[in-house]
Amino acid sequence: MPVSDSLLTISGLNVHYGLSHVLHELSLDIKCGETVALMGRNGMGKTTLLKTLVGLLPSTSGLIKHLGQDTRGLPTHTLARRGIAYVPEGRGIFKNLSVKENLLLAARPGVRGQKDWSFGRVLDSFPRLNERLNHGGQQLSGGEQQMLSIGRALLTNPDLLILDEATEGLAPLIAQDIWRIIDVIRQSGISSVLVDKNFKALAKLSDRSVVMVKGKIVFDGSPNHLIENPLNLTKWLGV
Amino acid sequence: MGKNFKSLVIGFVLLSLMLFPFFGERFYIQFASKILVMIIFVSSLNLLVGFTGLVSLGHAAFFGFAGYVLAILMQVDSSTHFVTALLISISCVGLLGLVFGVLVLRTKGIFFIMSTLALGEMLFYFLHDTDFAGGSDGIYIYSRPNLSIFDFWDVDLANAVHFYYVALVFVCLTLIFIGRIIQSPFGRVISGIRVNEHRTKALGYNTYKFKLVCFVIASMIAAVSGFLAAVQFGVVNPEMVGWHVSGHALMMVILGGKGAILGPVLGTTTLMITEEIFQMLTKHWQLLTGLVIVLVALFFPNGLAGIRIFKKGGSM
Repeated sequence: MPVSDSLLTISGLNVHYGLSHVLHELSLDIKCGETVALMGRNGMGKTTLLKTLVGLLPSTSGLIKHLGQDTRGLPTHTLARRGIAYVPEGRGIFKNLSVKENLLLAARPGVRGQKDWSFGRVLDSFPRLNERLNHGGQQLSGGEQQMLSIGRALLTNPDLLILDEATEGLAPLIAQDIWRIIDVIRQSGISSVLVDKNFKALAKLSDRSVVMVKGKIVFDGSPNHLIENPLNLTKWLGV
Repeated sequence: MGKNFKSLVIGFVLLSLMLFPFFGERFYIQFASKILVMIIFVSSLNLLVGFTGLVSLGHAAFFGFAGYVLAILMQVDSSTHFVTALLISISCVGLLGLVFGVLVLRTKGIFFIMSTLALGEMLFYFLHDTDFAGGSDGIYIYSRPNLSIFDFWDVDLANAVHFYYVALVFVCLTLIFIGRIIQSPFGRVISGIRVNEHRTKALGYNTYKFKLVCFVIASMIAAVSGFLAAVQFGVVNPEMVGWHVSGHALMMVILGGKGAILGPVLGTTTLMITEEIFQMLTKHWQLLTGLVIVLVALFFPNGLAGIRIFKKGGSM
């Protein structure tokens, strides 16, 4: 995808859990239409970073700018309305609502005209959801729940989609389907930040790889450069 | 249960309730009216507890306060029309609900429960210790509000049968209103808040505002029941706003099944009838009532509305 202006700029970000310093002077720039793979072993601060970006965690210091505007201190719902969609680890669908109700809850018109994700477009991209439209959220398989979670996020018509462990706990075939959908999203021009344990799939789909170790960014560059150095892969990611 | 069969059952139940005063004795008509008024109150609490996930132990504040507004209003002008008095009561309670809501909705979980309890108890002691509210004796309502419909039908609210029908109409309206709320986009958001508030925020909803609106709506519905209770008994006292009234209603919500529109109907009817029967059998009736609640909680964790025969009705 062609990559242009900055969509999200993070500079000198520090986050603490009580006395524990979790993110250290973190800086990162995500451009419009860019797909960034955020990698790192468990406990390195990936989810903390994502939660801070969507306002679920407060930062101690540093700047976060979305389309040039400072977003620090803004509540989660305002950030969501500004175009940052977050699909958390564990999906978080509303199990008491049907598939249709889950999707309608999120639906919000975008500003891109024909490129908007409409209810129909989401169902076309997720035929499985179309088949189970009136089923309760609790009746869906893990893969279907993930599709619903992503579909719901797309219906908010975001300009940045954050996916945390999208294929975690899914059978390989179902996971493949999720990767296919992520590729469709990528082609549609939405910027995304992907966190996943499947290093190969991430490398294939992303424009850039970012590796975190102990709350710091130790690598920020092309996925190919990362692959070319197996020693670093082992050291940073354990693969 | 098909849709036609469901409509048939609802029609049959409604017809039976409408015919009941023709066969029931005065005591039973009054008792049935008490149940109907309580169903409205429990439904309002269910909107908070069952649909939005906000467990309140101060909900009786709205129930009792509505009664007090009516009592004071009737002291000022004994010829006040029923509709005027009701609208004033609902508005005053709505305002109280807004003030309470703004304060308590900044807290979560156990702190929310404690805050609602504290505010409810503050109102209790305020009414208990002030002269204009009649202290611990409360205020007697010597004349009921006048309910004439288009000047050709005078409803005598002191008449048990007339009051029964008024209460029945309000129960139907309340259940329809809550049903509409739940099926609306607003209802989907509050359902989302109950399941996962963070997720609802992440979809772009200001959950605080939604909870506040829901809290005010629930307080206004509770006002309708408190208003009717004051009309029925002709007296209001601080006991009406006490935490045990909220606790009692909470038991009815749980017994009936939280998050089900039919739940408050089943829970209230079952608990009030059971209590009445046990009171006739033994002076230790509360022990038996407690046992019934424990058994229902053990064997029907989703309450009476969760039993298959009721659940199959669909959205009920």
